[in-house]
Amino acid sequence: MNIPADLKYTQSHEWVKQEADGTVTIGITDHAQEALGDIVFLELPEPGRLVKAGQECAVVESVKAASDVYAPLAGEIVARNEDAIGAPESVNQDAYATWLFKLKPANLADLAGLLDAAAYEKVASE
Amino acid sequence: MIQRTPLYDSHLAAHGRIVNFADWEMPINYGSQIEEHHAVRQDAGMFDVSHMLAIDLTGGESQAFLRHLLANDVAKLTVPGKALYSCLLQEDGGVIDDLIVYFFTETHYRIVVNAGTAEKDLGWMQLQAADFAVNLKPRRDLAMIAVQGPQARERFWTAFPASRAASEALVPFQAAEWNDWLIARTGYTGEDGFEIAVPATAAIAVWEKLVAAGIRPCGLGARDTLRLEAGMNLYSQDMDETQNPLESGLAWTVDMKDAGRDFIGKSALAGRREQGKLQAFLGLVLLDKGVLRAHQKVVTAQGEGEITSGSFSPTLNQSIAMARLPGGVAPGDLVEVAVRDKLLRAKVVKPSFVRHGKSLI
Repeated sequence: MNIPADLKYTQSHEWVKQEADGTVTIGITDHAQEALGDIVFLELPEPGRLVKAGQECAVVESVKAASDVYAPLAGEIVARNEDAIGAPESVNQDAYATWLFKLKPANLADLAGLLDAAAYEKVASE
Repeated sequence: MIQRTPLYDSHLAAHGRIVNFADWEMPINYGSQIEEHHAVRQDAGMFDVSHMLAIDLTGGESQAFLRHLLANDVAKLTVPGKALYSCLLQEDGGVIDDLIVYFFTETHYRIVVNAGTAEKDLGWMQLQAADFAVNLKPRRDLAMIAVQGPQARERFWTAFPASRAASEALVPFQAAEWNDWLIARTGYTGEDGFEIAVPATAAIAVWEKLVAAGIRPCGLGARDTLRLEAGMNLYSQDMDETQNPLESGLAWTVDMKDAGRDFIGKSALAGRREQGKLQAFLGLVLLDKGVLRAHQKVVTAQGEGEITSGSFSPTLNQSIAMARLPGGVAPGDLVEVAVRDKLLRAKVVKPSFVRHGKSLI
């Protein structure tokens, strides 16, 4: 299973990368994209939107089904990946290179509550 | 009980992603559903359809039995091997299943029904058969493979050159026996091809020969987007016991021509027709970005309707759907579909989007 060790994860199959500028970058895991199949549409949150931890804030649609993406931390959306909106299949091609949105956490310390790679591997194996 | 077809190990070996479909462990795809879809539109793909059930019908009153049992009229079948699509109805006109019936003689037919409804269908048929001199024999000893696409027949003949003479002259919706196989020029994709029934014991060897001839294994995912593009109904989604064929885009399969033929559901359908204000069953093409899905609400000038099947069309590169809409809605109308918290714009079209690789919209 492709689960990079330097990222954090959620139970709901998002990956979270801590950036140097105090923001975090979010996408869905390789396991999630594989389960969804061919992705054909992304609905991503507008920058400026405030989200709570665990709140639905994006939708990934494959040919098969629509799947919600949840905010891993509370905070403000600061960017979304316009290139990915134009080429949703890039999530299938590289789920970790194709980020979905960036968020400025209300409290960066909340990151510590997310899963590490070993813990996520257990979630993904269930 | 979870069941497996004779080809289960071949699906695993080809890295099929296995899902539970109507209590059968079936491949949803072998990697990319979209690539499998394109293979069928552009070249040749094949599907394991062994989960469907073939039922052989024999006996002196076989034709009379089917003329009573089915909404379409098997009396139309006079050429050996010719096939007919029909609904199996309840007395109230609700659809028990849709099926294909092959004619061999007036005392010998084969019926092929859906996997999820097979036991229900067989029980219903046996109940109705009590008054007729017929015998129904389920054929779980067979495996069935659908080979579909513009190159499907050529590649099939490459794999089995000796079958060519028996199957080359078949017209669409016609089958021929070849040794202990049945080769039918039918399918569920809107492309040319064959559906073959072979002894289950031969299934893996047949599948491997077809792979070697360049036919790509395709899963249920591609089967669904292909049939949706072709405007073909899916039982339990587009119609079921609570819906009649007249309001499911299947009026063309209900044959009322012979006033002397009394089939199950006939009086209910005649009554429904008399009552009028039939709902329309039409296609939708999404004009905004997004994906249409079953059960989404459709807002029209005539009132609300509902999507019965929706997905992304790999051929058209946009989302399409089939929908049950208020009477009076017609192709060309603009409607709105409720997708999460938004209303998206869609155009009403005839429910047939792609045939033989070409867009119809």
